[in-house]
Amino acid sequence: MASVEIRGARKSFGSVEILHGVDIEVPDKSFTVLVGPSGCGKSTLLRMVAGLEEITAGEIAIGGRVVNGVPPKQRDIAMVFQNYALYPHMKVYDNMAFSLRLAKVDPARADELVRRAAEILNLNEFLDRYPRQLSGGQRQRVAMGRAIVRDPQVFLFDEPLSNLDAKLRVQMRTEIKELHQRLRSTSIYVTHDQIEAMTMADQIVVMREGHIEQRGAPLELYDRPVNTFVAGFIGSPAMNLIEGTVQVTNGQAKVVTGDGTTLPLAPGAGAPEGSHVHYGIRPEHWSLTDDGTGIPVDVNVVEPTGAEILVVCKLADREIQASFHERHDFAPGQRINLLPNLDVVHLFEREHGTRLS
Amino acid sequence: MAAIGETRPVDQVNFLARLNNNRNLLGLLFMLPAAAILLLFLTYPLGLGIWLGLTDVKVGRPGRFIGLENYAWLFEDHIFWLSVFNTFVYTTAASVIKFALGLWLALLLNRHIPFKAFIRAIVLLPFIVPTVLSALAFWWIYDSQDSVISWILIEAGLLDETIDFLGQPNNARASVIAANIWRGIPFVAITLLAGLQTIPASLYEAATIDGAGEWQRFRHITFPLLTPIIAVVMTFSVLFTFTDFQLIWVMTRGGPINATHLMATLSYQRAIIGGALGEGAAIATAMIPFLLAAILFSYFGLQRRKWQQGGRDD
Repeated sequence: MASVEIRGARKSFGSVEILHGVDIEVPDKSFTVLVGPSGCGKSTLLRMVAGLEEITAGEIAIGGRVVNGVPPKQRDIAMVFQNYALYPHMKVYDNMAFSLRLAKVDPARADELVRRAAEILNLNEFLDRYPRQLSGGQRQRVAMGRAIVRDPQVFLFDEPLSNLDAKLRVQMRTEIKELHQRLRSTSIYVTHDQIEAMTMADQIVVMREGHIEQRGAPLELYDRPVNTFVAGFIGSPAMNLIEGTVQVTNGQAKVVTGDGTTLPLAPGAGAPEGSHVHYGIRPEHWSLTDDGTGIPVDVNVVEPTGAEILVVCKLADREIQASFHERHDFAPGQRINLLPNLDVVHLFEREHGTRLS
Repeated sequence: MAAIGETRPVDQVNFLARLNNNRNLLGLLFMLPAAAILLLFLTYPLGLGIWLGLTDVKVGRPGRFIGLENYAWLFEDHIFWLSVFNTFVYTTAASVIKFALGLWLALLLNRHIPFKAFIRAIVLLPFIVPTVLSALAFWWIYDSQDSVISWILIEAGLLDETIDFLGQPNNARASVIAANIWRGIPFVAITLLAGLQTIPASLYEAATIDGAGEWQRFRHITFPLLTPIIAVVMTFSVLFTFTDFQLIWVMTRGGPINATHLMATLSYQRAIIGGALGEGAAIATAMIPFLLAAILFSYFGLQRRKWQQGGRDD
């Protein structure tokens, strides 16, 4: 096992630079997730670690060894692809044994390794089948088995679950996490799905347009997003971001929206008078109130999921979302009063979207 | 009478309506024109050819049925056996080299090279030029006095006298094989290129990470995944080469001393030039078993391999 360090990595295709100097430290045995919208450069970065793409500038080190010029097979990494990339003409067994055969591992030893990996992944009964005869989830497991048998220093996952249906995706997510807890192998995992990132990662790296927006533990990103992009990207349903201006009366700051609605702030929340801000609050951080202190909003759509109830409401000419774990009988058009939990209100300055408090 | 007059149109409508609803009958009807063309232009000539091979018909004289006498005659004919030998040498040598060079060219064209589309178009050129035209060009290239190859070699000081390309039996064989290869490579190369492009790039990436070098990627990924296409291409290539006529007829007419006579050219010479239609037809018919063997090879080669099959339980 080994750590991975990415220092000032840049990547250009022709004159187009798509990674603008990225620094990431992936600690030994950790599970790091690169997450971001399509085209943010996360897959390219992963392929640079794998050696499938050249590094235009900067350095990538695996286990302390700079691997910029090192071909993939000498980097001691394994990769799981989005479309699995199983060899269609080889049986499951041969798919998994392929790298061992190329490395001229003793056949008896190779057999032992393949069977052990198959054991871990519950693939024993499928060893004699061709990839075509497997379901999506089974193929995904074979792809992981192929990675496991090599016992690499680093596992790389390139959106491995995006070809699976929703239910299987959740199941495989858990399987991959279990596998990591068992093998403790350093893993870098690319996804555009923030739920995958939140549930699996020790460390999340949020990327946008070739830059890193924020790096940290999942709950750290959830609790203290550094800007409106991360705030909106991490968490589902997304954080409400309401535009307004800071006003201070009697030393108590509050945010006033364009239509005059007042959004309260915690005492001592630091924001200069008159500054334009985004008032950020997550849907689950509203509570209902009847004592006249709440913000009046009109219910637009009610979406009960059983575990919780999501209400889309109209506030200051924009839609906001609120979710409740208790059951309520809301009706569209109904007026309700919402009270934000002031301890978890986020303030971002409006021009660049960076965090204020 | 009035009653009959009334019912008839109803019957007709019923028949048309029934026809419209009967997919089997309608399908059969739509296949009729194609079947007629196949019968008229394929089955009838083939049957006639086989029948002629069993008669002693000559040009301008109706023949009579003589059974297998033509074949018995050919069995003793060393020129016929020479043509069989030539056909096999020609087909084997040309097909093997066409396959090797065609695959190599396809692999080159599959890479990222500048002016890719333009180069691919050029590769197709020998396939586009009419065979007779390219045969004439080769005839001139192989000319015993004015050959451009001889001229270059002499100018370069590598040779003292011109090469007699088409005048010596083995030279002539090699020369016509070279011309056939030139003409056949584009078909092999372009078809294999199409096959190469169906192989997903991620398989090569996975193999690279698994530790495969360039040769191992070819051996373990490219070649096995290309085998279904190779089977098709090579069957067609063998069929075309085995029945080749134009190139030989324009360049050598089977000479010198029958050294380049293929079964097709010998059949033409005996039947049309020599007038022995029955004997010529017998030679042509003798090609059928070999062609059938090639088609059977293709049939089994074309069968989907186990890894291509879907389903979960087989």
